[in-house]
Amino acid sequence: MQPFTTHTGIVAPLDAMNVDTDQIIPKQFLKRIERTGYGDVLFFDWRYLDDGETPNPGFEMNAPRYEGASILLTRDNFGCGSSREHAPWALTDYGIRVILAPSFADIFYNNCFNNGMLPIRLPSETISQLFDEVRAQEGFTLAVDLPEQTLTKPNGETIAFDIDAFKKACLLNGWDQIGLTLRHAGKIDAYEKAHGLA
Amino acid sequence: MAKNIYEKIWDYHLVHDDEAQGSLLYIDRHFVHEVTSPQAFEGLRLAGRTVRRPELTFATMDHNIPTTDRSRPIADVLSKKQVETLLANCNEFGITCFDMNDRRNGIVHVIGPEQGLTLPGSTIVCGDSHTSTHGALGALAFGIGTSEVEHVLATQTLAQRKSKTMEVRINGKLPLGITAKDIILAIIGKIGTAGGTGYVIEYTGEAIRDLSMEGRMTICNMSIEAGARAGLISPDEKTCEYLRGRPYLPQDQSWEELAARWRSWASDEGCSYDRTVELEAAEIEPQVTWGTSPGMVTGVKGRVPVLAELPDENTRNSAEKALQYMDLPEGAPMESIQLNKIFLGSCTNGRIEDLRAAAKTLKGHKVHPCIEQALVVPGSQQVKHQAEQEGLDQIFKEAGFEWREAGCSMCLGMNPDILNPGDRCASTSNRNFEGRQGKGGRTHLVSPAMAAAAAVKGHFVDIRNWEFNGAE
Repeated sequence: MQPFTTHTGIVAPLDAMNVDTDQIIPKQFLKRIERTGYGDVLFFDWRYLDDGETPNPGFEMNAPRYEGASILLTRDNFGCGSSREHAPWALTDYGIRVILAPSFADIFYNNCFNNGMLPIRLPSETISQLFDEVRAQEGFTLAVDLPEQTLTKPNGETIAFDIDAFKKACLLNGWDQIGLTLRHAGKIDAYEKAHGLA
Repeated sequence: MAKNIYEKIWDYHLVHDDEAQGSLLYIDRHFVHEVTSPQAFEGLRLAGRTVRRPELTFATMDHNIPTTDRSRPIADVLSKKQVETLLANCNEFGITCFDMNDRRNGIVHVIGPEQGLTLPGSTIVCGDSHTSTHGALGALAFGIGTSEVEHVLATQTLAQRKSKTMEVRINGKLPLGITAKDIILAIIGKIGTAGGTGYVIEYTGEAIRDLSMEGRMTICNMSIEAGARAGLISPDEKTCEYLRGRPYLPQDQSWEELAARWRSWASDEGCSYDRTVELEAAEIEPQVTWGTSPGMVTGVKGRVPVLAELPDENTRNSAEKALQYMDLPEGAPMESIQLNKIFLGSCTNGRIEDLRAAAKTLKGHKVHPCIEQALVVPGSQQVKHQAEQEGLDQIFKEAGFEWREAGCSMCLGMNPDILNPGDRCASTSNRNFEGRQGKGGRTHLVSPAMAAAAAVKGHFVDIRNWEFNGAE
């Protein structure tokens, strides 16, 4: 897995609560058997007009000023609904490395870490303020420092964030969770033996 | 110390206890379907790993498969490839697969309990968020991502943090006409779609005890729509009776011995939870969603909200966007909403009792002329077969419904069963998200009886006033 340490990028706003994984990537794109190639269909129904090709001018992220954005700013309960890992795959493929929201749905939150993407929970007021700043200043970027657990705005102001220490270590080192678990293979054997499963 | 069911299952399945780095839980049963597994099997191959316990893993194809004539090949090239890939992976790794022509085929969350693969006290995962359904039998069951599917295939364990627990207690007896679907929608309406985030829910109380096993599955199924990864119900006599004689029960013990063990998983008297929420059964009305999130729900006698009356700006913005998508005026009575499509089925409401409830409502009635399509998609081939034995298919067909093969179908529209832009559907499924059943389609979630009544009238009606023909 790609390690994550620091990242600086343009912030794109997605001003909606309860963005579900059906919106992040609609079902017609779940039929492929690969892990990559989903970036073009991220937010498909919102991002394109009915022809499925022309960018929807009404979709805020489509504005030229957000081109190349790698940090997504959004509202409560992002990633709710289906467990499809195609959602983080599509975000990653599009170029998103960090998501900022007041809250995330559980399964999606875990799926992000398994794909080297950093979801950050921030208080609702901080998120609302960031929406104002992103819209007020074209090219608004944030510098994300995972070891220090800070976000730095263009004016030098910093925002601290919380993250589980182990999840942080996994991201910093790009650890493979299966590899980590297999360090305990002896305990799995012992469990199976003790429970009549061996 | 008195333990709740979640704590009992957690403690029993701990392979490695590590609160800081995540504990390892042993997984007793892993269900796999065609959509979320190909990349996991590919990951195993790339890493030179294998499936640790193929005999604990069962596969089915359900999301992509057509619900029309099964003797024909799948027309959609990508769907066909995905289905064939699952079969090839199962063959390569030695996993039992109920393929689409197997009599045991069906939606993964319907066939697990049906085959006796879902047992009280067990840990169950699947790359599907509605895995919470299996909690109805007192199993700790939850959905996982594809990376985690690969992890379970390789290690038969999952790294987990202990969840908080929430008791959702439904006091008193359910009024006539109120179903499990109405209970769970009312719960989501109360606690919100993120109300259960970080929690495992245990449903308790008289109204839950009174439900059939199938009703309990409907409740646990939609735990994820309340934000909870898992929802479960302590096993009791009904649970044990439901499982009696199921094909995949452990063969080394009698049913009596198994039942005694199953009952021991039930939450202890006097156990505690991190949070308790209570609802009075008597206050629950037949529920209908009006928006694009399952929490946007009200009673059938209620109205679409008036934006100015909503409490805060974020809620108002969401509701405004939802009403725009749903093309509904503020304050419209729910009963005034006109429909043109009906979908009966899904892992939420595609079991035999659901079909019976809908058929009982439809008997002697015809689908209203404004309904352009009314589909019944049984949750499994076994449900379909049983319904045909009971003559339910005839009632549906005579009323003007299409009687289909089993699968996920229009719940998510990965197969050809989709809504067209502008369609408005009364659906017994679980998600009313924008475009969920087809781009531009509008979904209203309801119980099977409410969907059937709406099919007859062409708009929502209160099932409590329904005139049943020849009802026993």
